Amino acid sequence: MREVAGSNPASATINASMTFHRRTILKLSGAATLASMAGALRPRAAPAQGWNQTAFGGKTLDDIVKALGGSGYTPTKAVSWGATPDIAENGAAVQVSITSALPKTEAIAVVIEKNPGPLAAQFDVPSGTEPAIVTRFKMAQTSNVHAVVKADGKYYVSTREIRVTFGGCG
Amino acid sequence: MADPTRIRASMQGDKVLVRVLMTHEMESGQRKDAEGRIIPAHFIREVSVRHNGRPVLAAQWGPAVSKNPFLQFAFAGGKPGDKLQVSWVDSKGDTRTDETTIS
Repeated sequence: MREVAGSNPASATINASMTFHRRTILKLSGAATLASMAGALRPRAAPAQGWNQTAFGGKTLDDIVKALGGSGYTPTKAVSWGATPDIAENGAAVQVSITSALPKTEAIAVVIEKNPGPLAAQFDVPSGTEPAIVTRFKMAQTSNVHAVVKADGKYYVSTREIRVTFGGCG
Repeated sequence: MADPTRIRASMQGDKVLVRVLMTHEMESGQRKDAEGRIIPAHFIREVSVRHNGRPVLAAQWGPAVSKNPFLQFAFAGGKPGDKLQVSWVDSKGDTRTDETTIS
């Protein structure tokens, strides 16, 4: 949406003044090209769709929780890991199952500490939907995996180590 | 461009159990090709599941979700014959929506 808003004033200027010199117009379009190039090189902080770039770029659990909107977190035992393996033979597809028993669970995120991008996934769980998800992830190596649960506005973390015997960075 | 998403939605007691298998490369951006050039990242970023138009799950994914992503969850309030819709948007802006009927 911001892109659209940004381009409006420029086109309005051109439309408003048909007597513009060619050079001025060239300058304007040059600026527009530069702006779009900068946009292409540096991904937007908040894309139109709402993908949380900051959280997915976060390197530590603390950074990620912060980027997700939490000010801190509490360890919890109210998260069960279902059929999640202790040892994964194939790091390319590790099936992780997370169920939260915390009342008013609103969101569940999965953070794989030693992956190049630790935040693997984030799920919004509306009321009526079970606070339980199963997904498969890639794991570069043996790592702690954190389930970050947002419940009643607060953040909770449950951690489990998953050993990977064959890494799946691909 | 992308192949269809396989969706199964079936009643389990009073809940609807949803299992989704998407078709996507989920390229991590970490791998290199035969000449040592990095293969650019290309992965599903956002997923949304709707039951008769009402969101029942929304997800944001990074490149660590496995190739051909699998997703399972359950929700209340559905009945056989209802429509369930799964959509995704990837990092190149490609998108796909598939629909199934709850059984």
